[in-house]
Amino acid sequence: MKILVAVKRVIDYNVQIRVKEDGSGVNTDNVKMSTNPPDDNAIEEAVRLKESGKAKEIVAVTIGEEKAQETVRKALAVGADKGIHVKSDGYIEPLGIAKILKKIVENEKPDLVFLGKQAIDDDCNQTGQMLAALLGWPQGTFASKIEHKDKFIEVTREVDEGLETIQINFPAIITCDLRLNEPRFASLPNIMKAKKKPIEQLNAKDLGVDISNRIQQLKVEEPPKRKSGIKVGSVAELVSKLKNEAKVI
Amino acid sequence: MSILLIAEHNNSNLKVFTLNAITAASKINQEIHVLLAGSKCENVAKEISAIPLVKKVLYCDSPNYENFLAENLTPLIVKLSESYSHIIASANTFGKNFMPRVAALLDVSQISDVIKIYSEEEFLRPIYAGNAFAKIKSNDKKKCISIRPTSFDPAPATGGSAIIEKVEAENIPNISKFIKREETKSERPELGTARIVISGGRGMQSGENFKLINSIADKLNAAVGASRAAVDAGYIGNDHQVGQTGKVVVPDLYIAVGISGAIQHLAGMKESKVIVAINKDGEAPIFSIADYGLEADLFEALPQFLDELNKLNTIQK
Repeated sequence: MKILVAVKRVIDYNVQIRVKEDGSGVNTDNVKMSTNPPDDNAIEEAVRLKESGKAKEIVAVTIGEEKAQETVRKALAVGADKGIHVKSDGYIEPLGIAKILKKIVENEKPDLVFLGKQAIDDDCNQTGQMLAALLGWPQGTFASKIEHKDKFIEVTREVDEGLETIQINFPAIITCDLRLNEPRFASLPNIMKAKKKPIEQLNAKDLGVDISNRIQQLKVEEPPKRKSGIKVGSVAELVSKLKNEAKVI
Repeated sequence: MSILLIAEHNNSNLKVFTLNAITAASKINQEIHVLLAGSKCENVAKEISAIPLVKKVLYCDSPNYENFLAENLTPLIVKLSESYSHIIASANTFGKNFMPRVAALLDVSQISDVIKIYSEEEFLRPIYAGNAFAKIKSNDKKKCISIRPTSFDPAPATGGSAIIEKVEAENIPNISKFIKREETKSERPELGTARIVISGGRGMQSGENFKLINSIADKLNAAVGASRAAVDAGYIGNDHQVGQTGKVVVPDLYIAVGISGAIQHLAGMKESKVIVAINKDGEAPIFSIADYGLEADLFEALPQFLDELNKLNTIQK
């Protein structure tokens, strides 16, 4: 079995982002960047399937500017065998990303594609489902557990009501929840080894797909600020404030 | 052209967030038609037809849709969307599952998690865990939109009499199968719509200790929430998680107990009207957004809190 894992480089989840004053977006200069957190779960799950003998090869793909290659390199250090970096400048909407990934899937012919369920920058939660639709494949979204059976995969999904289990045929798309597993850290020897693993370079423009953006960003602004609150000295004071000042209990 | 809104339900009842999505849809000045796809859900069809803002119910009753598999729903929605300008659903795990599938097949760039509608093509949506708001304009002919339900009030549910039109089921691809659903049954209000939410974090130290939270929740008729850390640690089920990748809640009162206030947690609760933080670490980021902060050991504060509530003559329900 061959697994393709899509990873995205985003502003690190611990960074308090700053909106640009001119309203054109969010400041990304000199900001710490990392792999999108649930994408780490995606790569981890693929590596576990390989370690258990169920998967033979793992290909990690990313789409983005020059530096996005670091994200692929990290996936290689954790256990992917080969990387693909599709170079592009500027933001591409999930629809365009899904079209690029479809091309990669057609070339690589994986049995499974793993993605994070959502990127923490644009918070769209679309790419995996779109890719599944474009390929006509089933999807196991928000997966917190997967069981590889002979002819199909059983996916436990985190849904609003609790958990849902579905069975999907191969080939399939899985979008990973943060609780799917605990991603490992790359060891130093593996980081060194990863430097020798191949990364295929492609250019988004050369893939022959329409990646034009359909959504115009008119303005990015800071959300309204909350009025600063107070500290209370005791539980009694807290309850009294909630009852008599805020009038919520 | 009109709006096609996809109803969320469990074949017996309409899920309340459908009403919030209907309110959102009504901000676009067009007729609202609601698609009800399910199995043996005639009662739900009647329920939807009574919603005054709804002009027509498209009722598709087939075992194909009994469990709302995205692979099965998508061909039906794509087919129906031919005669609609906007396709709308809630941005919860129901809508998030199928809407991008629909959008991709229509070659439309979906607009996720809309919190404000300016016009039929301009919308506001949060990005970066709600730390920025993006005002956007969609240039697609058709718009596929998911609505953040808690940003809109539920539409009135009775008094209308929309026509119910039966729709034929579409062929399904037979590539996925529903196995089971494990729902947490609770007597408490639902997290997404509760007036008061009390949440516990890693500071709770165990699932057992959530009983301290539960007894206050019972007293206040509140829903119980949790931070990702608490869910990851196995203290409580995933359906309680509040945050960027969990549920977004906007209660009148949110009480965060033993929660430090990671960016991803704040994303799910910082629009709450009144926020209380109880944490022994006075430097915890949660205090920066709390209206009332109490720096205290939660294992002392929570029993005292319950005592103080018991002393009150009345508590709002």
